[in-house]
This record gives sequence, structure tokens and C-alpha cells, in this order.
Amino acid sequence: MVEPLIALDRIGKSFDGGKSFAVRGVDLAVARGTFLCLVGGSGAGKSTLLKTINRLIEPDEGEVRLDGRSVAAQAAAELRRGIGYVFQGVGLFPHMSVAENIAVTPRLLGWTKADITARVGELLDLVGLPADFGARFPNFLSGGQQQRVGIARALAARPPVMLMDEPFGALDPLIRADLGSAYRALHDRLGLTTVMVTHDLQEAVLLGDRMAVMKDGRLLAQGEPAELLASSDPHVAALMAAPRRMAERVAARLEGGHV
Amino acid sequence: MSDQLAAAWRMLPGALAGHVLLSACALLLGLAVSLPLAVLAARHAKVRWPALALASLVQTVPSLALLALFYPLLLAVSAVMRPLIGHGLPALGFLPSLLALTLYSMLPILRTGVAGLTGIDPAVLEAADGAGMTASQKLWRVQAPLAAPVVMAGVRTAAVWTIGAATLSTPVGQTSLGDYIFSGLQTENWVYVLFGCAASAILALTADQLLGLIEAGARRRDGRRMALGAAGLVIGVLACLAPAAAGQIGAPSRTYVIGAKNFSEQFTLAALIGERLEADGAAVSIKQGLGSAVIFRALASGGIDAYVDYSGTLWTNVLGRRDTPAPAVMLADLKRELMARHGVVMLGPLGFENAYVLAMESGRARALGVANIADLAPHAPDLTLGSDLEFLSRPEWTALKSAYGLSFRAERSYSPTFMYSALKDGQADVISAFSSDGRIAADGLTVLADPKHAIPSYDAVLLISPKRANDARLRRALAPLIGEIDVASMRQANLMVDRDQDKRTPAQAAALLESGLR
Ligand SMILES: Nc1ncnc2c1ncn2[C@@H]1O[C@H](COP(=O)(O)OP(=O)(O)OP(=O)(O)O)[C@@H](O)[C@H]1O
Ligand SMILES: [Mg+2]
Repeated sequence: MVEPLIALDRIGKSFDGGKSFAVRGVDLAVARGTFLCLVGGSGAGKSTLLKTINRLIEPDEGEVRLDGRSVAAQAAAELRRGIGYVFQGVGLFPHMSVAENIAVTPRLLGWTKADITARVGELLDLVGLPADFGARFPNFLSGGQQQRVGIARALAARPPVMLMDEPFGALDPLIRADLGSAYRALHDRLGLTTVMVTHDLQEAVLLGDRMAVMKDGRLLAQGEPAELLASSDPHVAALMAAPRRMAERVAARLEGGHV
Repeated sequence: MSDQLAAAWRMLPGALAGHVLLSACALLLGLAVSLPLAVLAARHAKVRWPALALASLVQTVPSLALLALFYPLLLAVSAVMRPLIGHGLPALGFLPSLLALTLYSMLPILRTGVAGLTGIDPAVLEAADGAGMTASQKLWRVQAPLAAPVVMAGVRTAAVWTIGAATLSTPVGQTSLGDYIFSGLQTENWVYVLFGCAASAILALTADQLLGLIEAGARRRDGRRMALGAAGLVIGVLACLAPAAAGQIGAPSRTYVIGAKNFSEQFTLAALIGERLEADGAAVSIKQGLGSAVIFRALASGGIDAYVDYSGTLWTNVLGRRDTPAPAVMLADLKRELMARHGVVMLGPLGFENAYVLAMESGRARALGVANIADLAPHAPDLTLGSDLEFLSRPEWTALKSAYGLSFRAERSYSPTFMYSALKDGQADVISAFSSDGRIAADGLTVLADPKHAIPSYDAVLLISPKRANDARLRRALAPLIGEIDVASMRQANLMVDRDQDKRTPAQAAALLESGLR
């Protein structure tokens, strides 16, 4: 078997010195080009697991490998320059213009000024923002625009891997769906490998090639959405059935009937 | 009045330069210590609490006391260092003032530094980590610029405090705008006091506005504004230092430093010595307002070159003697011992005495039948003693008390000028006056004799520092003063400076003394 791009090997993490585990015994492999959605209830350990990949969190047990190399053996800052990271809080630098925000990682990597300018223009276009947005400051943007900049910033240094932690969690449903499909298109066009945490099952089913379900720090199941729907685990099956049931109820209400 | 103002203006370049140099250095040092400490404190809760608590504690010490505390501290450090590296540290002047003010400036910078750094949105820091910044890249590119406006507010506070508190460095021998305030308070020269306060207030406001410009620039990310503020500060500091620096270049290291304690007679005598040296073509700077314990050490260590002290003071404070020999014997012993122990040259007595004496209103003394201290003793339990701030804790008072069995109904301390007012309006019946004080004659006071010779004599003597021991110019300027100033002339000169009406400057009083020399 070909070595997956991202390989998690029996990952465990405890925040209280071993009394309880936020994540325990998780094995997960993400092949190159895959869009994986990590789902599960609040506190299931999704964010913790995701951050072990770019070493924002150091696991207490197990090993993370990226392209076959253990991430623990690489300098954390350099590792992160090669991985895009987008999260719900966005975290745009308020003292930098949009263009400067997008240019952060290329600048850390020592790109030339000309390369950076060209790349910023390209990215604004890629995430669907007008070119003159480069000179604006983040606090003059809407939430959706801010997250577009966040995605552009994460993509700037052409990382092969994107980690996204509820990237659209704070946006209204229309913009959310819009931005979600726009990003999926980018994923395909750029040949990215994406791990996206979301607690929105519908979003996961719509965007993801594969899904992984977490509960209480454990990985319950993983596979293509259709496979998971047939899961023998009642929790997974119920979880997977939820979007369809919801859609049916919504349709019924809109047609004027009672459910 | 306009004489006073003119004299005040003449002092300004030196006082301003000393003040600005001290404040700027203290603030820069304060920044250099506080900013890294703030970064550490923001990162580690274990550092934060003790650092902030310590800085707050420093703030609760009155600033004058903080400055004064560095004097014994540096003396002790000096004593430890001397055998190790061959020389000690200056315990007077710039160094203790710098250290005290640096400590004093730390709290606002530290507090706003920690607040600025810990107040940054955690999402921004997570993004900085996620983008691949190292800890120091995160500090310089994200944390520092975001905390800067908050920290600048603290720097402004620190600057205003430091410039204000720098006026208090005068008593430890640092030239500052406090020179006006301290000498003005001593001689009741309110023009000086106001001049000093106004100058330091204007300086503080200017610094605050320029720093405010930098703060506004940091807040609005306006580099031009920040550069303008910084340039204003640099130009301002250089402009304040330039005149004094130019003076220094004119007479490098040959400047004579004349010391003076904190009362009018000392200012006048320092002015007299200074004028004589300047007449001989020398550059002179006068360090006035030095405490009487501090000034001799300053001379012995070469911090000042010459000053006038009093034999009895040297006898008890420097030699630690308790006996009271005849004046001539005391002078001879002093000359020998000061040279042997400290290498200090006692050039000779000026010709008058400034002794601690007890004095009463003449009418009151006559009514009670009191002519000397022995007569006073039986009346003392009904009387109140008014003293200056030092007298009650001095060995002379202990000696008087035990020799005559003195026990007053109450003992109150005043600053010297208020002591005379207290006697006038009956708050005190007896005061501890100085025999050369012009107000004794002017107020018609009776000086009570000391028949048991409990207090030593206090002949005014000229002292020269070890490093100037063989300085021909200094000796040439000082020699004509020996034995030539009698107590009547000195009282007259002192009165000119101390009186309320038609007040004169110490320089004018010095001119009077000069004209009286043969
Ligand atoms: N830095 C931390 N310190 C202590 N405990 C933590 C820390 N981060 C996470 N935890 C705990 O670990 C567990 C898993 O948290 P995690 O953030 O990974 O959950 P999640 O699946 O992302 O939840 P959500 O959907 O609410 O974001 C939770 O119980 C949480 O309280
Ligand atoms: Mg989470």
C-alpha cells in the first residue's frame, strides 16, 4: 500500500497528566488528494486531533507522519509553513492590511517582493475578493470576507495540506454553503489534501470525500458517507441519518404538512 | 525680584541639562529592564505576580526616600567592591539618582506591558503560530506592534513621573531643576521655587505630548507621526544638553566642583568660592543641597573639590569623637586626622563660628532671668523647644541635655525658616539657632551661653578633596579667605538672603563678603 500523505498512529493526548484523555488510540490515514471531514459532538476531541498534525498540540502518545516523515522530528515553525491552517476564529492580524496578512507565510519563507505581490493578487482572485481589497484592514471586512482572507493566507505558500477547524462555523448559512462549495472547488483545482473539522453533518456529507466520526476522544468510524450510513455502530448510523431526516422534515414543513 | 529671576535664568542651562540627562537615561534604562520583564511576565504567570508586586512595592516608597536609600546601599556595595576591583562606585550624584528613578519608572511600563501583551486576541496568536512564526517572530511581528499603543500610555506616565521625581535628586548631589526648589525653600526664595516647579512641569508636559504623538502613531499605524514624535524627543534632549556640553568642552575635566549643604550660608560661601575661581579663569560648577552626612564623603571620594564645613560637625560625625577640647586643639587635631584618614586638606578656619546655640527672644530671657543654659534648665519643663529638622537627633543635643539636665515640655522640629516664625508667634519659647544666622541680630534674639562647654566649637573651615590637594589655582583662590570672614559679616550676608523683604541671591551676598576682604 502507498504511504498516505497524513498518517496518525495511535494518537493520545491528555491535558491533565493522564487522568483523562481528550484523544486516545486514534489511527487515521488520509491519502493524497482526499477531502476528509472530521465530525463528532462538542468535546469529542476533533480540534485536539487536528492540531497534533501541525504540532499546535503535541500528542502524549503515538506518532504523526506527514509524507512518511514524523512531524515531531521537524522544527515546528518550519513544519507549519508547509501546512495551511484555517480556524473558526480566523485570527487576521489587525495591524496588517489584507495583502500583508496574505503575505505572512511567504515572507517568513523569504520570497521576493515581486513574487509576493503577484501571489497576493492571484489569491485575492482565487478566493473571490476584488483586487483593491489588498489595501484594506481586517476590521473593515464582513465575517465572510475575513474568512476568505483567512483561506487565502493559509494557501499563500502553496501548502499541499490544509487543516481547517470549523472554518465556516461563524458564518450565516447562505454564505457558509457558498464558501464551502467555493473551497471544495479550490481543493480540487489545486490538488490539495484537506482535513476539515465540522459539526455540521450536512456540510460534511456535501463537501467530504471521506468522513471520520469521533466520540469521547475515540475514532468511532471512518469511510465514505454512504459506507457510514450503513454502519453497524448505532451512534454512527443515527448521526449519518440525521441530515436526511432533517431535510425530509424541512421539506414536509415547507409543503404545509405536519410531521 | 528681577535679580532673582535673572539669577534663575543663568542657572537654567546646567540645571536643565542635568535634569534632562538624568530623566532620559532613567527612562531608557527603565524601558530596557521593564520591556523584557513584561514579555517574561506575560508568558509566565510565575514571573508575573512577583514582578508586578515588586514594582508596586517600589512605588509605595516615597520617591525622596527611595533616592536617599541608594546612598547607603551604594556605599555598602562600594565597600564590597573596593577590595575586589580596586575602586568603588560613586554613592552620590548621577548613579544613585539614576537607579532610584529607573526603579520608579518601572511600574507603569511593566503594568501596561503585561496588560498589552496578555490582552491580545488569542485567535491572532493562534494564527501566528499556525502561519509558522517562531516565538521571536511572533513577538516582533505581532505581539509588539499590537501591545505598543497600550505600552506607550505607560511610557508616558513613567516619563511624567520620572521628570517630576528627578527634582528630588538634588539632595543626593545630582544637579537638577530641584536645585531651584530646594535652595528656594531654604532661603524662602519663592521665585526660585516657582521657577523650578514651572520648568519641570513644562519639561514633563513637553515629553508627554511628544510621547503622545508616538502613541497616537502606534495606535493608527501612522509611521510619520511616530517618527515625528521620536525626532522631537531626540532633538529636545540634544537641545537641552548642548549648552552644558559646550561648556564642558571649553574646560574639559578642569571644572571645579564646589559643594554646599542645604542652607543659605553654604550657598553664599559656595558662590564666593566659585566667583573667586572663575575670576582666576577656571570653570566651576556648584553642587548644592547636599546632606551634611553626604557632603564629606563626596569630598573624600573626589565627587566635589572643596566646600566649607564646621569643626564640631567634623569632630563628632567624621572622627566620631565625644569630647569637646578647646577650639585651637580641635582644629589642630582635625587637620591632622582628616589628612591621615581621608587625605582631605583642611586649609584653615574662615574666621567665624556657626555653632548650634539655644536662643530666646530677648524680652522673654530677661523676664525669666535667663542668661545661659544653666539658668534655663529649671524653667525648661514649662517651655517648648523649637529645633531644625536635624538637631534633635544630633549628638550635640544629647550632650546638652545630659550636661544641663534639660527637659522641655515639648520639642518640635521645623524647617529652619519656619523655626524663627515659630519663636516669633510663641509656638516655641527656645530655639536651636545657628550662631552666624543673620536673623539672631535682626530679630533681637538672646543667645544663651554654654558655660559647661557641652557643645564643641563650630569654626567654619575650608576643606579640599584629596585629588585637588596640590592644586595651585584652588589654593590661590581660597587662601585669601582664611581668617578673613568675621561673624558680623557672615550674619549680614546670611540676612540678605534669608530676610523676607528686599531678598538677595547668594551670589549677591557673596559679592558683599568679597568686598569685605582685605
Ligand atoms: N488546552 C486545553 N486544556 C485543557 N483541556 C483541553 C484543552 N483543549 C481541549 N481540552 C479538552 O479536551 C477535550 C476535547 O476538546 P476539543 O477542543 O478537541 O473538542 P472538539 O471536538 O474540537 O469540540 P468542539 O466541537 O466543541 O470544538 C474537551 O474535553 C476539552 O475540554
Ligand atoms: Mg473544536
